[in-house]
Amino acid sequence: MDRFKLKGLLILAVLIVGILFAAPSFFGSKGVPQGWIGPKEKIKLGLDLQGGMHLVLRVVADKAVESRMNSTASDLKAQMVKQRIHYSSADSDSPETLRIVLRVPDDYGKLADLIRGGYPYLQEADRSSKDGTMTVKYRISDREAAAIRSQAVEQALETVRNRIDQFGVSEPSIIPQGGERIVLQLPGVTDPERAKSLLKNTAILEFKLVDEEHSVQDALRGNVPSGSYIAYMKDGSQPILLQQRAVMTGDLLDDARMRIQSTYHEPYVEISFSREGGRIFERVTSENTGKRLAILLDGKVYSAPVIREAISGGSAIIEGRFTDEEASDLAIILRAGSLPAPVEILEERTVGPSLGQDSINQGVVAMIIGGLVVIAFMVVYYKFSGLIADLALIMNVVLIMGALAVLGATLTLPGLAGIVLTIGMAVDANVLVYERIKEEIRLGRTAKMAVDAGYKNALPTILDANITTLIAAIVLFQFGTGPIQGFAVTLSIGIVASLFTALVLCRWIQEWLVNYQKIERVSI
Amino acid sequence: MELIRPGTHIDFMKYRKAAFTLSAALIVISIVALFVRGLNYGIDFTGGNEIQVAFSKTVKTDEVRSAIGPVGLADVVIQSIGEDGDNEFLIRTPAEGDAGDKTAQLIEGALNDTFGEETVDIRRVDVVGAAVSQDLKQKGFLALFYAGIGILVYIWWRFKFSYSLGAVLALVHDVIVTVGIFSITGREISLTVIAALLTIVGYSLNDTIVIFDRIRENIKKAAGSIDFPSLLDSSISQTLSRTLITSSTTFFVVLALFLFGGSVINNFAFAIMVGLVVGTYSSIFIASPLLLLFRREKN
Repeated sequence: MDRFKLKGLLILAVLIVGILFAAPSFFGSKGVPQGWIGPKEKIKLGLDLQGGMHLVLRVVADKAVESRMNSTASDLKAQMVKQRIHYSSADSDSPETLRIVLRVPDDYGKLADLIRGGYPYLQEADRSSKDGTMTVKYRISDREAAAIRSQAVEQALETVRNRIDQFGVSEPSIIPQGGERIVLQLPGVTDPERAKSLLKNTAILEFKLVDEEHSVQDALRGNVPSGSYIAYMKDGSQPILLQQRAVMTGDLLDDARMRIQSTYHEPYVEISFSREGGRIFERVTSENTGKRLAILLDGKVYSAPVIREAISGGSAIIEGRFTDEEASDLAIILRAGSLPAPVEILEERTVGPSLGQDSINQGVVAMIIGGLVVIAFMVVYYKFSGLIADLALIMNVVLIMGALAVLGATLTLPGLAGIVLTIGMAVDANVLVYERIKEEIRLGRTAKMAVDAGYKNALPTILDANITTLIAAIVLFQFGTGPIQGFAVTLSIGIVASLFTALVLCRWIQEWLVNYQKIERVSI
Repeated sequence: MELIRPGTHIDFMKYRKAAFTLSAALIVISIVALFVRGLNYGIDFTGGNEIQVAFSKTVKTDEVRSAIGPVGLADVVIQSIGEDGDNEFLIRTPAEGDAGDKTAQLIEGALNDTFGEETVDIRRVDVVGAAVSQDLKQKGFLALFYAGIGILVYIWWRFKFSYSLGAVLALVHDVIVTVGIFSITGREISLTVIAALLTIVGYSLNDTIVIFDRIRENIKKAAGSIDFPSLLDSSISQTLSRTLITSSTTFFVVLALFLFGGSVINNFAFAIMVGLVVGTYSSIFIASPLLLLFRREKN
């Protein structure tokens, strides 16, 4: 009979561990009392219960491939000039292809050598001759394109992480999700617009010289000089003629901070360059003293001040009539680095804190009312045995809470509904057993025999019935997202916990009653 | 205490024709409703914007409508939710391309301008883009499909194929009727409702399995010739009190959830309530009589 006692001790241990892990979540916002030696981890609440923002971003990785092809084109042009390959155009005519028109078809051999040697990722797709020229089409290899795409997503993930970190969200979750998607969970974010613009800016910083030799008006009439283009100031009003080539880009940035200009109290962003960047900046400014240098972010001109003298300190400022918030967010974006490709927002769900709290309150009320009805019913219908089932029911809820806390699982609103549902279903195993015991008693069995046979006969049925629900829960977890997965988790834990409480805990108590207390009539 | 007196023997099989007729009618009505009325898919599946807003003063639906009028949206649905005094509304607009569109932001701005920022409480904003909604829809129905397959295989393994087929047909019946009721009542099909349907799949099976288990046990006990219809009747009768007790305890907690659980969970609770009633009915009147039908076919 020692095995029986040992089993009792093990059950007790499970219950105590469950209570210890569940306890911190019951103390609420006051936290655990002084001198508490148990675990302190509370159940993590989903965004739908604590308020916050859920975002699904897609990295438009094709754009990274496209910009790679564009830079390859301009690189190739310079090489062709160097190697005396006579071409009339070399452009990327679709995101993945490059079209080169040779004025002298005989140069094809040299071009092929150049590509093989310097651009092995380009594959010839098509070649045709016409009117003494030759057109060669190159396509980026699938492997290279895939590599660029996955690198773009990886780098975007890194940048997004940096930005969110610097923005100051507590316990964010940022995870890649198949292919080009990134899922963000940002608890406590109350200004979704600000968070979104923080994430969406690709933040490509460029410095370009203003083309002052030609007039903007002329260019607007369609006379854009080659090597220049028309850009617009940040507020979209004023056109400005810029040289296409950037004299410097933001890669060489070291730091960016918001500063406040003392006289007019206007915020601006101060950027400092790395050592190499500082040198380049000094050279650019000394070579172009007296000219205007435009500062562009994502293609928009923020300011275009005149370079008065060579700037050697390795820092520059970006002005642009910012609010404090805009300036500080811009500094964050610049510090965190640029996105290799633009991102688009596929899904956005924001729950305000008031709704989250209401949901918790309503869920708890439903749980208590539903629970009380079930508890009352069980006592009325099954008398003392019903009371044992009720104890099991309460322990069941405690075990679910403890398991959620210890597994670090997230409790969502549907998850809360799952617990409520489990309360209704958990007694099923008890009902199955008790109905069996009643049948055995009616057949004239003794209390001991009836209890033994009741549990034994009901077992396969209980297992079958619960495993099918478990199958549904697992499928749900596989296919569901956020809140729904939370439901699947509580449902699964609830099933396992109710099997334990009904088949192990209740059974032990009833065996103890008939074997040790020698009761002759089961109160059922 | 006894819900069903011991030794009760109800001739369930006698009603099988009536039950089949009733279920066939329910399924036909459901399918007709699906074709005629369709389903009221939530933004999870259609894409679009949904804003839940509460006001701290009395506001009527029309006032909300005229407040967001200047935004110039084509198909706005404004729906009052919660109790009368809550002054809480759902504002829904269809998807306009990328989820990054500014519709939600514009609506919030218009509400703040009209009613004043301190009376407006934006409680929830959901923006779902077309790509995601397509995904969610596909995943939702795939989940139902795979759960059905998984259960079919499990019961096949534990019982016989005819049992498995009976159980799964009853299940399909439950899901179709529940979805039909959603179509008729115009209640919204969201992700949580799909979760509820999957839960029904799991739960409605509980009853069926308990009865099947008893049938199998009774077949083993009965040596020699079996009066199969009568065996089915007594198996259902013997498990009837358990079926009723479990269904009602579950029904009560879900009712509590339906009444007190709040707006977000309301449709979920409704789906499970309907599913429970239909599922309990089908495991008694559809799944078991189907066994009889399959057995006849074989002989």
